[in-house]
Amino acid sequence: MSLTEKQKTFSHDDDNVVVIIGSGAGGGTLANELAQQGIDTVVLEAGALHTTADFLADEWASFNQLAWLDPRTTSGSFRLARDFSGLPAWIVKAVGGTTIHWAGASLRLQPHEFKARTTYGDIKGANLLDWPISYDDLEAYYANAEDRMGVTRTNGIGGLPGNNNFKVMHAGAQKLGYNCNTGHMAINSAPRKGRLSCQQRGFCFQGCRFGAKWSTLYTDLPEGIATGHMELRAESHVARIEHDKKGRVNAVVYFDSDGKEQRQKARVVAVAGNSIETPRLLLNSASSMFPDGLANRSGQVGRNYMRHMTGSVYATFEKPVHMYRGTTMAGIIRDEAHNDPSRGFVAGYEMETLSLGLPFMAAFLNPGAWGREFTHSMDQYAHMAGMWLVGEDMPRESNRITLNPDIKDAHGMPVANVHYDDHDNDLAMREHAFGRGEAIYNAVGALETIRTPPYPSTHNLGSCRMSARAEDGVCNSVGQSHDIPNLFISDGSQFTTSAAENPTLTIVALAVRQAENLGRMLKQGTV
Amino acid sequence: MSLSRRAFLRNSRNVLVGTLAFSNGAIALLAPSRAWSLPLNHLSEAEGDTLLKVTRYIFPHATLEDAVYALVVKDLDSAAADNTVNNLLSTGVRTLNDRSGGNWRNLGTEEQFRLVEAMAGSPFFEKIRSTAVVSLYNNELAFAHFGYQGSAGDGGYLYAGFNDLDWLPEPPLKDSGVIPT
Repeated sequence: MSLTEKQKTFSHDDDNVVVIIGSGAGGGTLANELAQQGIDTVVLEAGALHTTADFLADEWASFNQLAWLDPRTTSGSFRLARDFSGLPAWIVKAVGGTTIHWAGASLRLQPHEFKARTTYGDIKGANLLDWPISYDDLEAYYANAEDRMGVTRTNGIGGLPGNNNFKVMHAGAQKLGYNCNTGHMAINSAPRKGRLSCQQRGFCFQGCRFGAKWSTLYTDLPEGIATGHMELRAESHVARIEHDKKGRVNAVVYFDSDGKEQRQKARVVAVAGNSIETPRLLLNSASSMFPDGLANRSGQVGRNYMRHMTGSVYATFEKPVHMYRGTTMAGIIRDEAHNDPSRGFVAGYEMETLSLGLPFMAAFLNPGAWGREFTHSMDQYAHMAGMWLVGEDMPRESNRITLNPDIKDAHGMPVANVHYDDHDNDLAMREHAFGRGEAIYNAVGALETIRTPPYPSTHNLGSCRMSARAEDGVCNSVGQSHDIPNLFISDGSQFTTSAAENPTLTIVALAVRQAENLGRMLKQGTV
Repeated sequence: MSLSRRAFLRNSRNVLVGTLAFSNGAIALLAPSRAWSLPLNHLSEAEGDTLLKVTRYIFPHATLEDAVYALVVKDLDSAAADNTVNNLLSTGVRTLNDRSGGNWRNLGTEEQFRLVEAMAGSPFFEKIRSTAVVSLYNNELAFAHFGYQGSAGDGGYLYAGFNDLDWLPEPPLKDSGVIPT
């Protein structure tokens, strides 16, 4: 039976519903949490509904099935603008959003990372700010998120067994005195809450066919629908948000699966379209009252877009590794995640195993490359181990999402342009991380090591950041926009700074916290 | 009677043929026979053969069968259904031949490479490179050659070698986890 077959439905004229745009980690979690409180909720998801049975063990075919491929443009000095000028992000357009594609790493942000400006100081060319919440404010919600997602090494859940790629990282880490284990993963190491355990397929990025990896597709969305207070509308591509004469949002205009324009009235609108689409939607909703877009009196909508400092190190060995077997992110080293400016940069980074299948290794190893050096690396594919480096990047006002008026999507709306320049701190951190990654593999006899540039980003953050003062950001500490009381930001766009950790756990924790606060406000009639 | 170039090619049933070079390679085990052939719908046999050889210079894998490179030609041939692509490819091949003073395929390998290298970055070269970087590595024959198991992993490697690496110390259980039974 289809997920939406027997769901409660709401009228387009029902102005008592909360409309949530996006069904991923932020939107899907928020929807379920509101529905559990008996609050009627309509979720508009641009992508189609796929089931776990639809997922493909084929990288390119899966990419075409799941990825957000609507046009986008890029600018700035980051290498991605050259390598993949039309594909700044590798995120999902489907029910469940990027929780279908994510690798599952679920790390809490470190307390000091909520106080980035205070901790790192005034970094030139960066627009650092402390979050309006602390680690302590979020701690209980982290605990909630870890339990609902089934994060390993929390709540008595055992770690995942390590695969071959993990063994190489672990052995290298031992030589260098690093701690390394199979991490905190939202992937079942044993069956839990109706979901199976991991079968080590190695296609985490292509959607987990066994449902072992947490995704809103088969957790929060069906749970929310089961309450009778939530309707999920797939293939509903939102074009703009409308408001009344008082400046309160009151409706969402979207294109349905037939390309027909629809208008859903709303009591509250929560935007969770990922850090590129969320600001794009606010900007595309400009009106005579809000000529610069919704919630943009500060001029901060779209600014401070972050994508994490990333890079990969692959290494080849005399003997086979077969890194593609088993969980994609199979091991984590956190010993460089702290802040130690003596390394030549502020903030820190994580080292996490990563593997790509042969097709994507060819695509991402060194985009644009050809000739013997490239093919020599590819020849050693079966003997390769790999890791991803992911660290805090500096927020910059000029790194931003804007509308590109020259290019329109299928519905005639201007597409997003993603502008990003690496900050010197990002470059210094990447150089350090590359060096440590190479050292890990060299310690266990690597024949060669390869530095791989950033992939199209899955970690898109900031662009509608939360701030204590209205002039510094777009929303407050619960994601409520500073300008419009019944408009909320509910995804990673809220992040004030990027921190070093994979963001999904924090997005879920923030969504649970927002649902609690929004529920209270609705009950008290203050929103 | 006038016959368009494309109609002529379609009628002439151009075919690229070859024989597997390595009788005991991973690909030979998969292939139903040692001989292979690729029908061309839009490119001539000479163009197809030239493009195959050019691809070998762009992504040189000494022991990778021509039969796998032919899959790149197959995709280029499909793309050549579009006139712009067809012109780009045939003009590129003609340029190589002109610069060779006749037939690029008759040159020695060093000369052939030098002329391909000189075209790096051109739309012709980029069309081949960007097609090949997908086509060459996204097929079962390449998977067998390079040692990737592709969709064989769909059922999971939990009991099929996900942790069979034995040339490094076994990580302690506290850093790893229990294999479910």
